Amino acid sequence: MSPASTDPQALSWYEASARQRVAALADPGSFREFLGPTERVTSPHLPLFDLPRAFDDGIVVGRATLDGKPVLVAAQEGRFMGGAFGEVHGAKLIGLLRAALDVRPAAVLILFDTGGVRLQEANAGETAIAEAMRAIADLRAAGVPVIGLIGGRAGAYGGGGLIAGTCSRLAVSEGGRISVSGPEVIETNKGAEEFDSRDRALVWRTMGGKHRRLIGGADAFADDTVAAFRAAALDLIARAPAFDLATLEAEQARLEARIARFGDCRDATEIWARLGVNDPEAVPAMTTAAFDETAARVEEAHHDAR
Amino acid sequence: MESLTFRHTTRKPLPGAVQSAITGVVASGNLEVLLERVLPPDACEVSIETPVTGYAAVWEAVVADFVARAQPGGLRISINDGGARPDTVSLRLLQGARLMEA
Repeated sequence: MSPASTDPQALSWYEASARQRVAALADPGSFREFLGPTERVTSPHLPLFDLPRAFDDGIVVGRATLDGKPVLVAAQEGRFMGGAFGEVHGAKLIGLLRAALDVRPAAVLILFDTGGVRLQEANAGETAIAEAMRAIADLRAAGVPVIGLIGGRAGAYGGGGLIAGTCSRLAVSEGGRISVSGPEVIETNKGAEEFDSRDRALVWRTMGGKHRRLIGGADAFADDTVAAFRAAALDLIARAPAFDLATLEAEQARLEARIARFGDCRDATEIWARLGVNDPEAVPAMTTAAFDETAARVEEAHHDAR
Repeated sequence: MESLTFRHTTRKPLPGAVQSAITGVVASGNLEVLLERVLPPDACEVSIETPVTGYAAVWEAVVADFVARAQPGGLRISINDGGARPDTVSLRLLQGARLMEA
């Protein structure tokens, strides 16, 4: 079922489909899909709205190996309804996470690419978000790392941002964005003076990969290639934090310290300046190598709090 | 939604042994094409679900052209359309046939 062979060194994560990402991320030929498109497990709700369905309901789930180690993988297709969670889409992710409790793979990888909950099946979608977070907590408590990879066009928004917050570790690229309320939602509710969703630079400064990495919301910054995300995933699996009371209390303390230190900032560049970045204005244009050097000098980039 | 099904007889089976393949994504101006090698070697069936109604004649012409060019005997082809233009449909069908030949 895999698409034509592609070179993971060159394949853009942002441009690739969910299926291409999975096929190129895993060891060659190792991916086996559960509930693939030929099973036609599709949304029971979309036809009521006269909307087209997808044979996989916008998510690819299965097992694979990564550097020879068994992993379970879920990849959202951000171009189908913004990668949003519907009933079947959510159930496939939750089923995979719960199966991981029995299988005990080396890790579960979630390739986020989602705007959040699908409005046409919102109740089922919201329930799926909650159940996915619960399943991740159970998995982490059992010692299975859950790694989120974020670099798709839909980012990780809404409930997807919440689920990302419960993962053991996150890797993000320049194009990736992590938040809960999206730019348009904030603008609609608070006005363009509060947040201008058409200001792309503002959106990426506030929710983009570099900002999340600098404040410690993401644990690795990856180039926009499948190979870079694969390297990041392998690295993050090896250094997943324990999931215990001490970790959670430390996260709480760090989040409180973050809001005390940066709560009055009006722009991400102010936060970066307070973090000790010499030339905050230069951050958005930095290459990955230069940015990694900058992040290495920022203390907040190295803690576990989202 | 409009559901269309076209059945054709081909002169030969599609080469290769791949049992199923999928290409494309259901997005605006795009479509997904699922191909399965489940029919007799001289038969091809293409079924389409599209939210854009009233273009049955165009679909019929695009599918007939594809069948004539690719001779996709043995394939059941299922399409979820997101409002793709005819040239995109042609491209995806040929991509799908190529994946099945691998």
